Amino acid sequence: MNQPKERRKVLADDKPATLPKAQTGIHGLDEITQGGLPRGRPTLICGCAGSGKTLFAIEFLVRGARLYQEPGVLMAFEETSDELVQNMASLGFDLRGLIEEKKLLIDFVRIERSEILETGEYDLEPLFVRLGYAIDALGAKRVVLDSLETLFAGLTNTAILRAELGRLFHWLKAKGVTAIITAERGDGTLTRHGLEEYVSDCVILLDHRISNQFSTRRVRVVKYRGSSHGTDEYPFLIGERGLSVLPITSVGLSHVAPVERIETGIPRLDTMLGGKGYFRGSSILVSGTAGTGKTSLSAHLVDATCRAGKRCLVFLFEESPSQLTRNMRSIGIDLEPWIKKGLLMLHATRPTLYGLEAHLVTMHKLTDEFKPSVVVMDPVTNLSTSGTVAEAKSLLTRLIDYFKTNQITTFFTSLTSGDQHLESTDVGISSLMDTWLLVRDLETNGERNRVLYVLKSRGMAHSNQVREFKLTEHGIDLMDVYLGPGGVLTGTARVAQEAREASESVLRQAEADRRKRQLDRNRQTLQAQLNAMCFELETAEEELKRINAQEETRNEVEDEDRAVMARARYADAQAASEPKEADQQERSSVHA
Amino acid sequence: MPEKRPTRTRPARPASPAGAEQKKFMLRLYVAGTTPRSIRAILDAEKLCKEHLGGLFTLEVIDIYQRPTLARDEQIVAVPTLVRRLPEPLRKLVGDLSDSERVLIGLDLLIRDQPRQAAVAG
Repeated sequence: MNQPKERRKVLADDKPATLPKAQTGIHGLDEITQGGLPRGRPTLICGCAGSGKTLFAIEFLVRGARLYQEPGVLMAFEETSDELVQNMASLGFDLRGLIEEKKLLIDFVRIERSEILETGEYDLEPLFVRLGYAIDALGAKRVVLDSLETLFAGLTNTAILRAELGRLFHWLKAKGVTAIITAERGDGTLTRHGLEEYVSDCVILLDHRISNQFSTRRVRVVKYRGSSHGTDEYPFLIGERGLSVLPITSVGLSHVAPVERIETGIPRLDTMLGGKGYFRGSSILVSGTAGTGKTSLSAHLVDATCRAGKRCLVFLFEESPSQLTRNMRSIGIDLEPWIKKGLLMLHATRPTLYGLEAHLVTMHKLTDEFKPSVVVMDPVTNLSTSGTVAEAKSLLTRLIDYFKTNQITTFFTSLTSGDQHLESTDVGISSLMDTWLLVRDLETNGERNRVLYVLKSRGMAHSNQVREFKLTEHGIDLMDVYLGPGGVLTGTARVAQEAREASESVLRQAEADRRKRQLDRNRQTLQAQLNAMCFELETAEEELKRINAQEETRNEVEDEDRAVMARARYADAQAASEPKEADQQERSSVHA
Repeated sequence: MPEKRPTRTRPARPASPAGAEQKKFMLRLYVAGTTPRSIRAILDAEKLCKEHLGGLFTLEVIDIYQRPTLARDEQIVAVPTLVRRLPEPLRKLVGDLSDSERVLIGLDLLIRDQPRQAAVAG
């Protein structure tokens, strides 16, 4: 039990001893070096001519002075101070201002071969003195030597030079300055004169190559003693604001996932996606073959976003902005007002215009400036034409990372070519996507109809139905689902089914009505019969009452008559037989 | 080692004051501190000047530790460096002046007969 504890303690003790680093301030570089260059040590930057070594080094000084309050000294062997000031001004670096503020000192070392004659042993102490003087004058923390190899061109005694350079690097370390030494790349070696032997703490290689007629710049951390670092080749660009190493965003997956939803612009599609639409900050892919309505789907999202008062940035790789607005007007989506309001920006470029990295930087720049909440790329597959598929994928991975970190919803359309499996994308990005809608043509009964379904949608309950949709002048219309024996019915088959169902329901209704009427008639007949019988009953009762009353009256009369007759005959024995005859006569007269 | 090399040089002018009348030599010797190498360079320079230039020269010894800005202004990268400021053109003789023949060539007191690379080989 005790052992692990002890080990943990040792680890904890080790932690503070990690290498202190000096942030370069160069976009993206601090991420791949995990914090910058080794502080107080020299770093070697090597690369062929025109690979951006000087710019790298100077940006390190400028950012150091501006962002981290670390003054810097530039010992330039190739360009004069004035030339450097001019060259860097084109990249937005105000060296003159820094020099005036005493945050930068440029010491131009000119070695003129024709002036120099070697007459024996020597050393490079003046360089040390000049550098030391400059460092002390500013209290400099950063030093750039660009490029020391010029010494080899001016002085011939390489044995002395090598010994002196070794001494110089030790001296720089002792001074505690973070230094950058640039060197030209040699044949098969990192540097032409083997400087990497002396500068062993950190070596960064810059590369500039042409592939498929596109020039790409790449940076690689060859070694970094005492620190972990990204080992890949990372593309970088020299832009209007200096160097940008990509990925600009971190390599890790650490973005926050919002739970908010945004509308798709198509109410019935919202319903399919758990009733609320896409997640904000998620990545959405619509893939499908040509002419299946991918762009229209994206236009709905754009419209809905702008309607909600949020900004939307659209990168078009196929259509011009006016072509898009015209086409979308035909399905009832007018994007023009959003552009005028400044809520929508359409940026159209040919993918082949420049390399992938340049595209990436343009996208970053526009996104930074415009601050959209939704970004649409239409179609993303076209990007692979200006690079390989693998490059396109890595670019998209970085883009998605970047957008997700900034909680920007991204909507990509991907064109699936005819011979490809539908559930695949040209650039293999589907695995990076949170929501994947698939649109396709369904060919039945001699017609093509568009259907849409949700292939996946992470983190939400979503419909599993294949839905037919129509492009109407009011936009995309998702149809009701009719299932036939062969699956979902689309197009005229659906219409026929609809008609059949409609007529069936009419027939059913008529039948029901008819039966209702019949029953009603029956009821009425019965009622009538009932009424007649009641009437008969009443009549019979009345008759009975009348007869009873008559009989009573007659009996009384007979009794009276008998009494009268008896009184008249003065007899009483015959009185009982005579009334019977009279009764019978009375009854027959009633019946007649 | 100058004696080992076959002589391919000839005097540019008589090493006499008469020939140097028009051209006065202005020399500066940059050294770093008082290291043995510095001292040897200073002595060598003085001796050389006296021998070859007669009295028509000024030799200024500058310690870069004392005047670091001067090293920058005159683009000194190595020490010892003997700078011939006058007569024109400017010439920088880098090294401890041990190769006196090359020093003389550098001061235009000897004219090279052979192509340059032969001389450089030493």
